[in-house]
Amino acid sequence: MPHRGCVAIPSENGSNPSPEQILERAMALGQQAEVFHVVASSTPVHFEANKIKAVDTNESAAAAVRLIKDGRVGFSSTSDLADVTALVEAALDTAPYGAEAKFDFPGATEFPNVPVYDAAVEEATTEEMAALGQRVVDELRAYWDAVQVEGGVSRSTSTVTLVNSNGGHFSYARSGFRIGFEGTVIRGEDMLFTFDGESSVHRISDPDAIIASIIRQLGWATESATVENKTMPVILMPTAVPSILLNPLLAGLNGKTVLQGTSPLAGRLGERITDPRFSLTDDATLPYIPASRMSDDEGVATRRLPLIEAGVATTYFYDLQTAGLAGAASTGSGERGVGSLPGPSTGVLLVGEGDAELDDLIADVDEGLIVEALLGAGQSNILGGDFNANVLLGYKIQDGRVVGRVKNTMISGNAYTALNDLIAVGAKGRWVRGGLYTPAVALANVSVAANG
Amino acid sequence: MPMDERMRQRIEAALKGVDAQYVEIHVEESRSSNVRYRGRELEEIGRSSALGGNVRALAGGGWGFASFNDLSDLRAMVDQAVRSAKVVGGDRVELAEVPSVVDHVPAVLGLDPMGVSLGDKKRVLDPYVEIMMSTPGVQSSSVGYSDARRHMVYANSEGSYIDQERVDVNLRIAAMARDGGDVQQSGISLGSLGDFAFVQDLNESAQEVADKAVALLKAPQVKGGEYTVVLDPILAGVFIHEAFGHLSEADHIYAEPRLQELMAVGRKFGGTHLNVKDGATVPRPTLRGSYLYDDEGVQGQETDLIREGILVGRLHSRETAAKLGERATGNARALNYRFAPIVRMTNTFIVPGTATPDDLFADVEDGLYVKNWYGGMTSMEMFTFSAGEAYRIRNGQIEELCRPVMLSGNVFSTLHNIDGVANDLGMNEGGGCGKAGQSPLPVSNGSPHIRIRECLIGGA
Repeated sequence: MPHRGCVAIPSENGSNPSPEQILERAMALGQQAEVFHVVASSTPVHFEANKIKAVDTNESAAAAVRLIKDGRVGFSSTSDLADVTALVEAALDTAPYGAEAKFDFPGATEFPNVPVYDAAVEEATTEEMAALGQRVVDELRAYWDAVQVEGGVSRSTSTVTLVNSNGGHFSYARSGFRIGFEGTVIRGEDMLFTFDGESSVHRISDPDAIIASIIRQLGWATESATVENKTMPVILMPTAVPSILLNPLLAGLNGKTVLQGTSPLAGRLGERITDPRFSLTDDATLPYIPASRMSDDEGVATRRLPLIEAGVATTYFYDLQTAGLAGAASTGSGERGVGSLPGPSTGVLLVGEGDAELDDLIADVDEGLIVEALLGAGQSNILGGDFNANVLLGYKIQDGRVVGRVKNTMISGNAYTALNDLIAVGAKGRWVRGGLYTPAVALANVSVAANG
Repeated sequence: MPMDERMRQRIEAALKGVDAQYVEIHVEESRSSNVRYRGRELEEIGRSSALGGNVRALAGGGWGFASFNDLSDLRAMVDQAVRSAKVVGGDRVELAEVPSVVDHVPAVLGLDPMGVSLGDKKRVLDPYVEIMMSTPGVQSSSVGYSDARRHMVYANSEGSYIDQERVDVNLRIAAMARDGGDVQQSGISLGSLGDFAFVQDLNESAQEVADKAVALLKAPQVKGGEYTVVLDPILAGVFIHEAFGHLSEADHIYAEPRLQELMAVGRKFGGTHLNVKDGATVPRPTLRGSYLYDDEGVQGQETDLIREGILVGRLHSRETAAKLGERATGNARALNYRFAPIVRMTNTFIVPGTATPDDLFADVEDGLYVKNWYGGMTSMEMFTFSAGEAYRIRNGQIEELCRPVMLSGNVFSTLHNIDGVANDLGMNEGGGCGKAGQSPLPVSNGSPHIRIRECLIGGA
């Protein structure tokens, strides 16, 4: 059911001006104005060397003013909310040099109902969070007493509010609960790092999935294995899918790179760009997903956006200004922190599930790799689709069995080429970091290089 | 809310009579501006300001931390941090003894960017955009400039009160060239502690960046495998930051006895020609990683990490120094008031040797000359660093340009494989360092030209 707001946490800084009051001041100076306002709090509990180490509480409040004056965009932001005059005047000062505005702020909008707040998160005490973390530590150490565990449990809430001079308005509250732990084993000069985490809008009380995942990683990495320099099948576990495959695709589908002409996908909507078994959707309207939201950060309603359907590029994603420059419409993909102007970005990514069970994928490989985590991925020519990274955690498959961990090994290739040379897409997906749901993806031919 | 005498009284009052082993308060006021172009389009120009603080308390064996924007009740924030610390419990945590300091440190300034108008900043950057965009073959470019002035007050329950200011300047210039589905890019990152002059007069650099991006479209790809590589000072700086710098940060090892054994003082990591230092005061006190006091009020200094191939020291906070029985080195740093200080590098560099750069190339039959940087990462044992440029070396001669490469190493073998250290130290002040969610922290790193045997390179 469409609606315009949801529960809101009252500002803790009662004496500070409301977003509406800031807007009123900004409207006196520009022809159009917008205020983006975020109040947030978080309580992380940190673990180090198998025990609790520190407890933090963070409270923040900040606002940004974007205004259009004589057709140009001025921008400023502050966490010193007592000084509204300085905030709006700084925005006004920048306007003469700003970008030519290619949009109007959106007016009142019907937003989808996207609940992302659960009050139960706020009821979690630091003692309870500490006990939850200690359970992860204890169970990992019970599995293998050489494991050193560090990580954390945290809860957070925030309220995001936007008002603009054209009557656009939204405010929503978000809750978050996160567990993330690393299990380290040092044997001689060999360092093994395993990791998993989970994010939720709800309070997490059961860390079993994380514990099981870390134990599986430790098990697969107990023995060591070596590979030769050659091309071989590589199964990307869900945690390795974004840096190798998705980030290049998203750089290519970003309305901004398309507009600049630096996207290999420019002018290719409707064309098949990957294997038809691969699909990618952005859907920030899914309820109770950490990265979901009813509106983007510019007051444009979010929607389900198929990005790649059965291998065919279907949509570029846009914020307001980029859409204006490109002669397109915003896709509800404007995203920003308080400190900067919005840019096009995705919300909740979903990679379509295939039909291959992970065990069967492994069983079918004579010689290949499973990659769980990478080092340096993304620090090469992403725009061109290239990937090139050290296998931080990966295992060798020999004759259909996982035989041990590989180290000092690099994988290289190109995401576009690799996505047209698939073995299969895994049947069972999982959430990675609260904003991505993906199964494993098996690539047929990836270059592997190792220190001999 | 000005950082004046009244603020000092409020901070000192909030620190009085607290039931904790140790308490510190940070208050920070900052102003920043940024200008960013994509192609000829000015994408963003803006100004930001921030006012906030934090309290960190050590009580009953644990740390509590509270960060906030509302400075109206500092005592309540102190109480919150102490309450959090008491949830932790456990054995008493010791802090290395350091002298209490009361000091005021003005910003290190050249041409102060705060004194340059937004219009003038834009006028400095405009030609770079125009030079790149008018280069045939360039599809697009990006120019991103930012500056920030931070005014930071640090006070602790031991009587220190330090008021410091610093100004940070950052610029990245990049060009992208496209040929059908093939997109190549090239770029440079520059930074400075308080001197806008560093980002002026870069027309030649902008032209080089543009030319390089275009040339890369026709450059061949390097096949993956082991190579003899010569690193320029910029990439060698990134290399030592990733290969050894992070593992020198004692917070990685102070709680893990097995890592302490691996990183024991006296262990040999490389040949006698390998010397590595870190320090907020060296090689110059005016680099982006330079400061007088860290965020625990400890004086910045020079720390030898490797001397003649042997591990001789590491980087500390007061807590890690006490735990390992070593002296505090002034390396506890926080990105800003939203974060607790953790052990970080400052200016990290390989000390120049006696060879000339030409010596390093002379007897390389088949290898790569790798320059400039794209990025670097480490997981302590293994690390990667990516070059912005790569050239083939044959029979001692630098030959054709190749596609940029990603290099990878292992701390226990790669440093031993350094077989040449030249005499031409260069410091890289671009970009920043990330750790535990605190990024980008201003650091610098540098080196002379170095040569590494059997370095692993990824490639198709």
